[in-house]
Amino acid sequence: MSYAFEAEGLVKRFGTTTALAGVDLAAREGTVLGVLGPNGAGKTTAVRILATLLRADEGRATVSGLDVVTQAAAVRRQIGLTGQYASVDEDLTGLENLVMIGRLLDLSKRDARARALHLLGQFDLTDARERLAKTYSGGMRRRLDLAASLVGRPAVIYLDEPTTGLDPGKREDVWQLVRRLVEDGTTVLLTTQYLEEADALADEISVIDHGKVIAHGTPAQLKQIVGGQTLEVRPADPADLAVVGQLLTQVAQRPAESPGRGVLSVPVDSDAALTTVVGRLAEAGIAVTELSLRLPSLDEAFFALTGTRATDETTQESAA
Amino acid sequence: MTSTLTVDTAGVPAAPTSETEARPFALIRHSLILAGRSILKIKRSPEQLIDVTLQPIIFTVLFVYLFGGAISGSQHGYLQFVLPALMVQTVLFASLSIGVNLNTDIQKGVFDRFRSLPIPRSAPLVGAVLGDIVRFLTSIVVLLAFGYAIGFRIGTDPFRALLACLLVLAFALSLSWVAVLIGMLVKEPGTVQGVGFLLMFPLTFGSSTFVPVDTLPGWLQAWVKVNPVTHLVEASRGLMVGGDIAWPVTQSLLWTIGITVVFAPLAVRAYRRRT
Repeated sequence: MSYAFEAEGLVKRFGTTTALAGVDLAAREGTVLGVLGPNGAGKTTAVRILATLLRADEGRATVSGLDVVTQAAAVRRQIGLTGQYASVDEDLTGLENLVMIGRLLDLSKRDARARALHLLGQFDLTDARERLAKTYSGGMRRRLDLAASLVGRPAVIYLDEPTTGLDPGKREDVWQLVRRLVEDGTTVLLTTQYLEEADALADEISVIDHGKVIAHGTPAQLKQIVGGQTLEVRPADPADLAVVGQLLTQVAQRPAESPGRGVLSVPVDSDAALTTVVGRLAEAGIAVTELSLRLPSLDEAFFALTGTRATDETTQESAA
Repeated sequence: MTSTLTVDTAGVPAAPTSETEARPFALIRHSLILAGRSILKIKRSPEQLIDVTLQPIIFTVLFVYLFGGAISGSQHGYLQFVLPALMVQTVLFASLSIGVNLNTDIQKGVFDRFRSLPIPRSAPLVGAVLGDIVRFLTSIVVLLAFGYAIGFRIGTDPFRALLACLLVLAFALSLSWVAVLIGMLVKEPGTVQGVGFLLMFPLTFGSSTFVPVDTLPGWLQAWVKVNPVTHLVEASRGLMVGGDIAWPVTQSLLWTIGITVVFAPLAVRAYRRRT
């Protein structure tokens, strides 16, 4: 299977700051590549280079085999871009926005209108089509922006933090849309700060930090970087915590930790540990409200890779 | 999705081979579409509509009826004197908005959208300029119609009056490049407006727009006489109500060419750098 887009050794400097220090990114056709990283890691810069908006100082990038610098015009026929903030014309209606883009893509007036109406329907904006975009809510604007990047039926679509600032419910809607795009054969590059989002949507993830790809793999592979599975136990009676702790330490041959109030966890090497722990707990007559064996979250993987937490919430969570 | 699939493949010709050949046509076509967007926005946004319709009327009423009697002793006489000059002032102020609009588009990310589309890079700029011409023409028509309604009469002939309009239009377009340059250099749309007004006030008020030059103190006369807007105002007056035209028209044309030659390349360079 061929790559829908491919970037090799991208370097970009702005004055004295190096935004990208040799980044490789690639996605096979019809897949989602998640580009994960904290603010200022270089995600947007990489997207802008792949979208022909910015020229790399070093390295090369192709979309559908076309070079983003020498064949920029042809590349632009292949791509759709949704930026970090919704880039729609606020003084035009939703319909006018989409028709204008259709016309700029050389559709006839009739076809542009048909395409616009179809997309408005798909994005649940039919009722709002005659309203000025500036009267739209944040979520509606985001949907219109997404619709705008789909007018030309691009083979590759770049979604630069498409859910930043959206309510959880609206985020779910965007996720559904992304899944539908992929079903239709579109290749998606999705940048995000949300590990959950990359986990939910991406086939493969490239983790970027300080302008470099520090890890690449499937979500499962990335989780394994941090080690094996973790066993978590929450005793029904907090008084049993000490006994449970000893028990876990014995079984796993590692010290048990307390990731949260009333919960104990320990890294284990095989799932056999789960059966052993269940047996021991039963012998000791300890009731538990929670008992689980899980792969580490991407959040933990990210922490292991970069040494920083991805989001503020998690910092607070781990501090609590 | 399937229903529009045929539309898409027919409507999006992947023709990289003919791209270089088709480029001038693409530029014209795409610029016209984007000019259509500017015009739609003039209709939509009240501020912009007021700029080109209400503002010239308010200025005319203000100067003719409020100050006219005091300045020239006769309101009708002053109307004949000030209207050709108000046309200059209105259109020059309108020429600022291109800088504000382009800056807003960049700020809002609308330019990123344009640039990710397969359209010539200069199409948004050319489209904005074309849209501006429509704005200028609208304000000229509104001003002349209102002037006519309250008693202004062309003292020469329609051909010369038309020439006056074209001259003002050309000069305003040359100033548009200055506005584009400012729009590309500063961060916020509001700053574009501020800087533009700072430039426009001495240019329009420090001229013979509202009062005859010989009523001014010597130091101000010195500025007014070198101010290109004075020449443009004199040319407009000469062509519309009569008087000497050879010198002011020549001067206005030279200034128009001079400003365009200097600022158009600077503006285009700044535009290319910013977008």
